[in-house]
Amino acid sequence: MVKEIERAGIPVVHVCTVTPISMTVGANRIVPAIAIPHPLGNPALTLEEEKDIRRKLLKKAFRALTTEIEDQTIFE
Amino acid sequence: MSFKVIHYINQFFAQIGGEEMAHVAPEIRDGVVGPGAALNAEWKGEAEIVKTVVCGDSYFAEHEKEAKETILGWVKAEKPDFFIAGPAFNAGRYGYACATIAKAVQEELGIKVLTGMYEENPGADLRNYIYIVPTANNAAGMKKAAPVMAKLALKLMKDEPVGASIEDGYMNRGIRVNFFEEERGAKRAVDMMIAKLEDKPFVTEYPMPSFDRVAPNPAIKDLSKATIALCTSGGIVPKGNPDHIESSSASHYGEYNIAGVKDLTAETFETAHGGYDPVYANQDADRVLPIDIMREFEAQGVIGKLHDFYYATVGNGTSVANAKKFAAEYSQKLKAAGVDAVIMTST
Repeated sequence: MVKEIERAGIPVVHVCTVTPISMTVGANRIVPAIAIPHPLGNPALTLEEEKDIRRKLLKKAFRALTTEIEDQTIFE
Repeated sequence: MSFKVIHYINQFFAQIGGEEMAHVAPEIRDGVVGPGAALNAEWKGEAEIVKTVVCGDSYFAEHEKEAKETILGWVKAEKPDFFIAGPAFNAGRYGYACATIAKAVQEELGIKVLTGMYEENPGADLRNYIYIVPTANNAAGMKKAAPVMAKLALKLMKDEPVGASIEDGYMNRGIRVNFFEEERGAKRAVDMMIAKLEDKPFVTEYPMPSFDRVAPNPAIKDLSKATIALCTSGGIVPKGNPDHIESSSASHYGEYNIAGVKDLTAETFETAHGGYDPVYANQDADRVLPIDIMREFEAQGVIGKLHDFYYATVGNGTSVANAKKFAAEYSQKLKAAGVDAVIMTST
């Protein structure tokens, strides 16, 4: 799906846990997430700490969207 | 003497449990467990599964390095003649684990390997490195897959020459072998052309490689003026799943208005996805679709606007063709609405 969004001319960042699969499907901007059932959260933490995780991950996603790239790039 | 085989399967086929048990760390058991029985039956004593390694799919995906080290250690100690994994059908993480661990066993321990899965499984990406038998997209295909896998495995164990991929039933590995054709090239080409003109079946001798890559679009210049949309393959839908998106092999996607929604709660949103443990997403769907924090950044002016609609489907055994179709369609809606960038989240 990321590839089709990109093909339509919209920059897209893929936030996902299994980044090798994201590379295989052809995502260009990739941000590694926390875990498969909760990519942008961690139920072991408090709700406030979880929000912090989301803030950090989304900031990475924004960095990916505002960075010019030529090849598939994982934004750690 | 029969060949010693180690078999790799996931928590589901070991009957430990479904997605709620996908986090389990690898374990090794004596003898055959689950689907290995079908392989043993085909081998009729010529080869036998002596140990079965069981590993949770999420565990492997999230702790690949540790899982690999542990499993390679066990396989090394056991010194089997062969390592077989799966088949994984269209289970994405399972297929990825089967192919990855088989490739590691082959490369690091020099033991011959084989796995099986559906052609669209992301694990099939490693087909150039290891033998992968194509299977149906669900476990009902075991009956057909077992004889093909067992036969090819035995051939490899006996060091017998392996035929072309279409003869021995594995995925093309991109390897060319020279041989003499009976008819010269010009005649074969003309025959093929005539068959094509007459709408008769023909098989190309040189399939064109398909590099379906899309070049990255230019970056967003000014985030504070950008409209950003959220999309997900994690199946987040309004509570009750009004569009009835299937828990696997989704046939459609949903478009949901989130204007004014500040936070996803257990009362308002849930996941329709049947391919991961839904407990955490059902408690708080922001863990998959981060609307709460996007609203925060919107209020602070970090981004211009969170788009009023999000698009969601279930990426669980969903065919590549369908996923392409969904996204091609909603991308046009996003474009028409003036969306500048998309954040896609996947589970």
